[in-house]
Amino acid sequence: MGTGDPAGVAIPHAITSGMGGIRTAGDLVARMQMTRGMKIAEAKKYVADKLGISVLELADEVRMREVREDLKIGFITSRGGHPKGMEAKHHIARLLDIDINSVDVFQARCL
Amino acid sequence: MTKIYSRLGDGWITELTEAELMRDIVDGTQTAAENAQIDSLSDEEVDHLFDICRSGERLTSVERGFEIVTTYDGPTIEIRHAGIIANRQQALQIFERCFGADTMEFSHVDYSYKPSKSVVHEDLPLFEQSQMLMVIPLFYGAMPNLGLYTYPDGPMPNPGDLLPLGKIKEAQESYEAAIEMAVNDMVYCASAFYEAGADGINFDTVGASGDPDFKAALMAVEKLREKYPDICIEMGMAGEFVLGTHGEITHHGTRLAGLYPHEQMEIAHKSGVTIFGPVVNTVPSKTIPWNISRAVTMTKACVERSETPVHGNMGMGVGGLPTCETLPVDMVCMASRAMVEITRMDGL
Repeated sequence: MGTGDPAGVAIPHAITSGMGGIRTAGDLVARMQMTRGMKIAEAKKYVADKLGISVLELADEVRMREVREDLKIGFITSRGGHPKGMEAKHHIARLLDIDINSVDVFQARCL
Repeated sequence: MTKIYSRLGDGWITELTEAELMRDIVDGTQTAAENAQIDSLSDEEVDHLFDICRSGERLTSVERGFEIVTTYDGPTIEIRHAGIIANRQQALQIFERCFGADTMEFSHVDYSYKPSKSVVHEDLPLFEQSQMLMVIPLFYGAMPNLGLYTYPDGPMPNPGDLLPLGKIKEAQESYEAAIEMAVNDMVYCASAFYEAGADGINFDTVGASGDPDFKAALMAVEKLREKYPDICIEMGMAGEFVLGTHGEITHHGTRLAGLYPHEQMEIAHKSGVTIFGPVVNTVPSKTIPWNISRAVTMTKACVERSETPVHGNMGMGVGGLPTCETLPVDMVCMASRAMVEITRMDGL
């Protein structure tokens, strides 16, 4: 992204063109770029297929909230009894069929 | 005649007629094409950019379906710059939970690998704790910043002192020794954080000290790629043009000085970079539409040639954004939309 005060750079970019992070499926699409080097269209299609929804629904906050809760991959509000942090990432790795380094390191240390 | 609200590259408000707006957009893309030896925007793309820039609305956004993902450089430092008393763990959560970030980056406040190395042992526990809390991918990032390896900040003679004396060979040797030290520091830090669970490593503001700075980053990337074949590496550049502070450095036969974004991207990907971040600098005396047009043209050339993700740098003073400390939201939204819709880049 680049430097600048959050209200002047980070928030406007997120609202104008960002996917929305864990409010939607932004983190999941980012993970496909990071782990498989996928371009944006391919990454969105891959994630949508794994979630069983359309590509347009990936950026729909209401739809994705339900999907994320059902699949136990974490959502924006903090609720008791629902996966958060490392637990959510464990589910994301299995769902997307990818290796997540932070999850792998955590699991290796649990052995 | 209706005047169109706009701004200059330094952020100050200006007004343009429709003819002046079109002239600036056409001149911006033609300047980029001439500078980087690439294609200028098509008539259709120029018209689309004209429509985006003509709007006097405060906020604009991409069409549904065009959304991209965001990566960051030094985000926790921005919270600190805002004077908010929050540690890095809290800042990371603010970005994930409040700012809609798709990824995040953990970094040292000095944001260069050399000073970061000396506090790795202090930063690792906080990083590991952060990974337990975060759901979005977490990078570790800093700058190569070769300037820190010369007097008065480092052990090598300062090329800035040697060059005016005509000691070109001595200055080049100083840079070459600095490269070796910088590579060691970057590989040391990146390895420590990757082995602690970093989802990616970010080399940011690459080339800030010219071609030796770029060379050091490329060498560090190759060493890390060989050591960890699956590692995700992002490389964000410092400028649209690699300065020849050494002047004769090559990488796999390519002279680094003088490379433009699409050429920088090709050599970065060959070295093992996963996500490339091109930079196009803002000219403060030109209008924002002129700057956006120029930035879009150079970034589009990058995206078209790349088979892997391209995340355009769009912070203060780059990517068509004004060069001023408190950025106007109207122009940030305008530049963000134009860059995404016209270049079809993968993220920013």
